[in-house]
Amino acid sequence: MYDIKALYEAESVEDAIRLMQEHPEAQIIAGGSDVLVQIREGRRAGVELVSIYGIDAMRGVTFDDEGAIRIGSLTSFSHIAVSPIIQEKIPVLGEAVSLVGGPQIRNIGTIGGNTCNGVTSADSASTLFAWDAIVELTGPEGVRRLPIQEFYIKAGKVALQPAELQTAIIIPKKSYEGYHGNYIKYAMREAMDIANLGCSVNVLLSEDKQTIADVRIAYGVAGPIPMRVPSAEAAGKGQKVCKETVEAFSKAVLEDIHPRDSWRAAKAFREHIAVEMAKRALSKSIELSGGEIRE
Amino acid sequence: MSKQYKQIHCVINGKEREAMVDVRASLTDLLRNDFRLTSVKKGCEVGECGACNVLVNGECFNSCIYLAVWADGKEILTLEGLEGPNGEISDIQQAFIDEAAVQCGFCTPGAIMSAVEILNEGRELSDEEIRIRMSGHLCRCTGYENIFRAVKKTMLKRLGKE
Amino acid sequence: MYTGQSVKRVDAFDKVTGRCKYTDDLCDRKAYIARILHSTIANGKVVSFDTSEAEKVPGVVKILTCFDLTEKHYFPTAGHPWSTDPGHQDVADRLILTERVRFYGDDIAAVVAEDEVAAAQALRLIKVEYEEYPFVLDVQKAMEDGAPLLHEEYPNNILKHTQIRQGDYEKAIQEPGLIKVEGWYETPTVQHCHIENFICYAEKEGDKIVVTSSTQIPHIVRRIVGQALGIGWGNVRVIKPYIGGGFGNKQDILYEPLCAWLSLQTGGHLVKLDVPREETFVCNRVRHSIRNHIISWVRPDGTYAARKLEAFSDQGAYASHGHSICAKGAGAFPQLYPCPNVEVDAYTVFTNKPVAGAMRGYGIPQAMWAVESHTEDVCAAIGADPLEFRRKNLMPVGYVDGFSKNENYFDSFNQCLDKAMKAIDYEKKVKKYQNQTGDIRRGIGMAVFWYNTAVWPISLESSSCRMVLNQDGSFQLQLGETEIGQGADTAFAQMAADVVGVPMDKVHVVSCQDTDVTPFGTSAYASRQTYIAGFSIRQTGLQLKEKILDYAHELTRMPAFNLDIQDGNIVRTTDGRVLMTLEELATEALYSLTNSRHITAESTYQIKSNAYSFGCTIAEVEVDIPMCRAKLLNVVNCHDAGKLINPALAEAQVHGGMSMGIGFGMSEKLIFDEKTGRPLNNNLLDYKLSTFLDHPTLMAEFVENPEPTSAFGTKGLGEPPACSVAPAIRNAIFHATGVGLKNAPANPHNLFKAFKEANLI
Repeated sequence: MYDIKALYEAESVEDAIRLMQEHPEAQIIAGGSDVLVQIREGRRAGVELVSIYGIDAMRGVTFDDEGAIRIGSLTSFSHIAVSPIIQEKIPVLGEAVSLVGGPQIRNIGTIGGNTCNGVTSADSASTLFAWDAIVELTGPEGVRRLPIQEFYIKAGKVALQPAELQTAIIIPKKSYEGYHGNYIKYAMREAMDIANLGCSVNVLLSEDKQTIADVRIAYGVAGPIPMRVPSAEAAGKGQKVCKETVEAFSKAVLEDIHPRDSWRAAKAFREHIAVEMAKRALSKSIELSGGEIRE
Repeated sequence: MSKQYKQIHCVINGKEREAMVDVRASLTDLLRNDFRLTSVKKGCEVGECGACNVLVNGECFNSCIYLAVWADGKEILTLEGLEGPNGEISDIQQAFIDEAAVQCGFCTPGAIMSAVEILNEGRELSDEEIRIRMSGHLCRCTGYENIFRAVKKTMLKRLGKE
Repeated sequence: MYTGQSVKRVDAFDKVTGRCKYTDDLCDRKAYIARILHSTIANGKVVSFDTSEAEKVPGVVKILTCFDLTEKHYFPTAGHPWSTDPGHQDVADRLILTERVRFYGDDIAAVVAEDEVAAAQALRLIKVEYEEYPFVLDVQKAMEDGAPLLHEEYPNNILKHTQIRQGDYEKAIQEPGLIKVEGWYETPTVQHCHIENFICYAEKEGDKIVVTSSTQIPHIVRRIVGQALGIGWGNVRVIKPYIGGGFGNKQDILYEPLCAWLSLQTGGHLVKLDVPREETFVCNRVRHSIRNHIISWVRPDGTYAARKLEAFSDQGAYASHGHSICAKGAGAFPQLYPCPNVEVDAYTVFTNKPVAGAMRGYGIPQAMWAVESHTEDVCAAIGADPLEFRRKNLMPVGYVDGFSKNENYFDSFNQCLDKAMKAIDYEKKVKKYQNQTGDIRRGIGMAVFWYNTAVWPISLESSSCRMVLNQDGSFQLQLGETEIGQGADTAFAQMAADVVGVPMDKVHVVSCQDTDVTPFGTSAYASRQTYIAGFSIRQTGLQLKEKILDYAHELTRMPAFNLDIQDGNIVRTTDGRVLMTLEELATEALYSLTNSRHITAESTYQIKSNAYSFGCTIAEVEVDIPMCRAKLLNVVNCHDAGKLINPALAEAQVHGGMSMGIGFGMSEKLIFDEKTGRPLNNNLLDYKLSTFLDHPTLMAEFVENPEPTSAFGTKGLGEPPACSVAPAIRNAIFHATGVGLKNAPANPHNLFKAFKEANLI
C-alpha cells in the first residue's frame, strides 16, 4: 500500500494535460518503477499522482512522414527491443534498453519515464544522446521539440514546463541512416543492475570504409546527466580507420568527462573504464559498419 | 483524509472479477488481500527480487510496483491459475518438482510465472536467452541451476524435442 | 529402501502450486502493523523523543519508545542451545528497545498502527534528540586504546580472545633455510538475503503469548521470548510455518521479543511485524567480516615448519553468536594443514556496525578464504604445484582431533580433488593457461574446506522424535528439527519409512512446528539435522516397530521376533507370508473392544559425536584485465558428506551453497559511510547477490564414504558447499593474472586496485 494522497487517471494526452493543470502539485506516473519506489522510500510520500499509464496512444514505434523513428514515450523497454523498426535501423537502442534491470522491469519501464526522471544512469539515455534524439513535449500551449541534450538540465531535472508531458522520442533519419552503433553497460553484475558507467558510440564510415566520416559518443554516469563527448568526437571525425585513431579517440574522452567519486565507484576507476569502453564501443561500431581497424 | 477507491473489472485466473480498489494499493496487495492469492510473495516491494511476479495480459510484471487500479480491464494470471479444475498441475510445475528446482519455495511462484511467459512463446530459446528471461528472479537456495533445467526441459518437451 | 534415492520433495507439490503457507499468508487481516524506528546515529544515546506529530496520524494505535520499556530484561539472541552453566551462556546484551544506541539502525522505538501507510507516516514524523558519541567501524581500530567503547564490560571492545598453542612456534622458526610467507586476507560483511524477509506476528491467547515467526529455531525463540519478557517459558507458544529461507539469519532471535511485547502493550491484540528488505540487511544479522593475518614458515621441500594466524572478527554492535564464529575458523586452521608448531590468536571485537551472527558456514567461509588464499601464496613463494602441495600437507587419513575426537576416516580430500579435477578437466586447463599474456586471460584455481557437522562437544546435541500411528497404517512424524527449505522433511520421511518398514506415502511429516506440540529440539544450524535427526528417527522408529509387532503378536500369536514390517504389511519372516496389513492392525489397535491401544513412540537421542565433512571447489575464470572484470566460466564442488539420503536434493543443496560462495567471492559486500556509519547499499539492487546471468553451470560431485558415527552413514551438507568457492575463484584469478587478491570479493573495485598495484593497467 503506497502513501498516495490522490490518483488521477488520464485517458488521453489532453486529459493528462488538463489533470496536471487542475492539480499542479501532482507527479506524473508512467510505469511507476521509479515513482512508486520513491513513494515507498518516503521521498515522495503523500504525493498526488496523474497516471498516464493507460494512454495507449503514447505507445509504439513508428516511422513518421520524413522517415524519422518515433517512439511513443510510454513504449516499454521490452517492446522497443522487439520493434522491427528498431531492430532494423538502430538495433543498438534495442540492445541498450535490453540491459535495463530485469525482464519484469523492462515490461513496466518506459522510455519516457527513463528520460523524464533525469538520471544519468538511464540505459536508454546515453544512446539517445549519441543518436541526436529529439524529445517531443506536449503541453497546454501545444507541441514543441527539443534536442535531448537540451532536455536534460541537471541531475533529476528536465525541461518539462508545468502541465507538460513528454509524448515521444524521435530519431531523425539523418541521425541514423548509415550509422552503426554499440552500447556498453558497465555494471557489477549481468542483470538487475544499474550502470556504473554507460557508453554509446555510433559511426558513419566513408564509402570505402577507410575513414570515419562521423562519430558520436555519449556517456551515462560520466557526469550528473548523460553527456556527449566533443573532444573524442573531434579526435575521431575525419580520421583514418586505424588503431591510432581508436586510441586517440578513447584517450580524448578524459578531456570532457567528469565522473564522480562515490560509494558506487571511484572516480579513478570510472575514468579508467571510460577510456576502455570508448575504445571497445568504437571498435565494435566500426566492425558493425564493415570497417577494419588496422595497425 | 478521505480514502479514494476505484471500481475495477478484470479477469483473474480466468474468472471475471470486480473489486473496489483503494487507489493506494499495489497489485500485490489486491491479489493477496482481496483474492487471497498468496502465491504472490513479497520479497522486496521495489521490483528487485521477482517474488511477486504475475502475468498481466501475458507479460510478466512485478506486482509490487504495479498499481492495482491499472489491473482494470486486464487479464491477470497468478500461479494459482495454472492449476486445472481437478487440481492437475501444468508441465512446468511438474518440471519444478521433478528437477528439484524447489527449495524454500519463496521465489518459486514468481519464477514459474516467468517460465510460463517464456513457454507461451512456443519457440526454442538458447540457454543464454532462457537465463536472460529468468534473470528477474533472485533465488538464494538453488543457484538457479535446477530452475534453469526445469524451464529448458519443459520448453524442449513442448516443442517435441525431448 | 528410500534412503539413497532421489525421491521427490514431500513439500514440492504445495510449493509449486502456491498452497504452501508462509508467515504472512497465515496472518489474519485484523492485525495491527508494527514498524520499528531505527537510530540514525552510529553511537550515542537517545535523549528524548517528540512523538506529538506522529500521534496525530490517523490510524496510529500506539507509539512506544525505549523509555516505555519499564522492565529491562537483557537477553541473548544467538540460536544456541541454552546452557544451565552460567559460564557457557550466551551474552545477554540486548533489550527490546534501546536507549543506548550502538549502530546506525539500532532499535529505539516502534509504531503500532492500523495499516502500513499510517505506520510509515508516523515513523517519519517522530523526532529524536540524541547525544552523539564518536564511533568506530574498523575492527582493529576498535581494539586500540582510547577507541569508542561499545560495552563497558568489554575493554578495548574485545568480546573474546582465544588462543591455540601447539609446539613451539618461536623456536621452530629458527630452523635454517625456512621461507617466510606472510599475508593479510580479509572478507567483507555480507548478508543472507533469504527471499522471505524476517516476519513475525504475536497475539495473546489465554495466558499465553503466541508468536508465529519465520524462524529456523522455534524452541529457542520460545526460551528467549520468555527471557526477554521475563515470563515463564511455558507462557510462550511459538509457531513456525514454512519459511522462505534462513541461512543462519533466522538462527537468531530477531524481533520476536519486540513483537510479543508490542502485542502485550496493545492489550494482547494481534500485531504483525514485517521487516522491510532495507532493514533486514542492517537490523537482522550479517556475516562477520574477518581480517586474517597468516604467517607460514615453509621448508623448500614444501612442508610446514611453523604457522601463525591472527584473526580479527568484526562482531558489530551486539554479541549475538559472538566468538563462536571466529573460533570455529580458528579451530580449523591447525587441523586442515596439520603442523607441529602453531600459534592462533582469535579476537572477536565490537564495532558500531550491524550485528554479525550465524551465516551458512559459520566462520568457515571466512577462514577458508584466508587459509586457501594463503596456501596459494605459499605455493607461489616456494614454486610448488598447488595440487601437489595440498595433497602433501592436508589432514592425513587417521588424523584425530583431540578436542572433538573427530577422526578423518577416509581419504576424502584426495578423492574429492580427483573427482572435481576430472569434472572440470583440470590437468589440461592448468597447463593450457600457463604463461598467458594479453588483455584477456584464463585461469583455474582450487580450494579445499574443513567443516564439522553439529556442535558436540561445545554444546548440547540431542534430537527428539515422535511417531503417532493412524488407523490406516500411516503415521505422523514429528521432530524438533525444522524444514527451512533445504529438504529436511523429505530426508526425515525417507529415513522413517525405511526404519519402520512402510511406503513413504504412509509417513506424514508435520512440517509446521508449534512449541506446544512439537517435540523439543534446537533445530536448524551447524548442518546437523540430517545427522542428528537420523539417530532419533532410527531409535523412535524401532520403538514404534516393536510396539506394532508386540500388538501383532497378540493378534497373530506369532512370536514378535519372527515378525517384521515390510512395505506396510506385517510379515512372518520365516516364510515371508503377509499376515495382515499395518492398516488392519492399526485400526484394530485403536478400536478393539478388548485391547484398545494408541500406538505411538517418542524418544530423545543424545548425540555425543561429531563428523568431519570435507570437500573442495575448482573454479575456472576469464579475466578481462583492462575492464577489471573476472567471469566465472566453470565451477565444480565435490563433497564427501557420507551416504547421501537423497542425491537430487543433495545436489540442489550444493548448487545453492555454491551460488552463495560465488556471491561471497565475486560481488557481495555491505558497505558503510565512513562519516556516519550509515549503511549505503542495503537493498537488493545495490547489494550485488548473483543473478541468473552471473553463474555458469554449477557442477556438484560427491564421494560417499559412509560415516561410521552416523545412524544412516550421512553427515553435514547444508553449509559445506558455501565454504571453498570464493577462495577457488580468487586462486583462479591468481593463476590467470599473477595477482592474488587480499580482499574478497573479486569485484571490479578490488580488481582495479589490485591490477593497478601490480602495474597490469
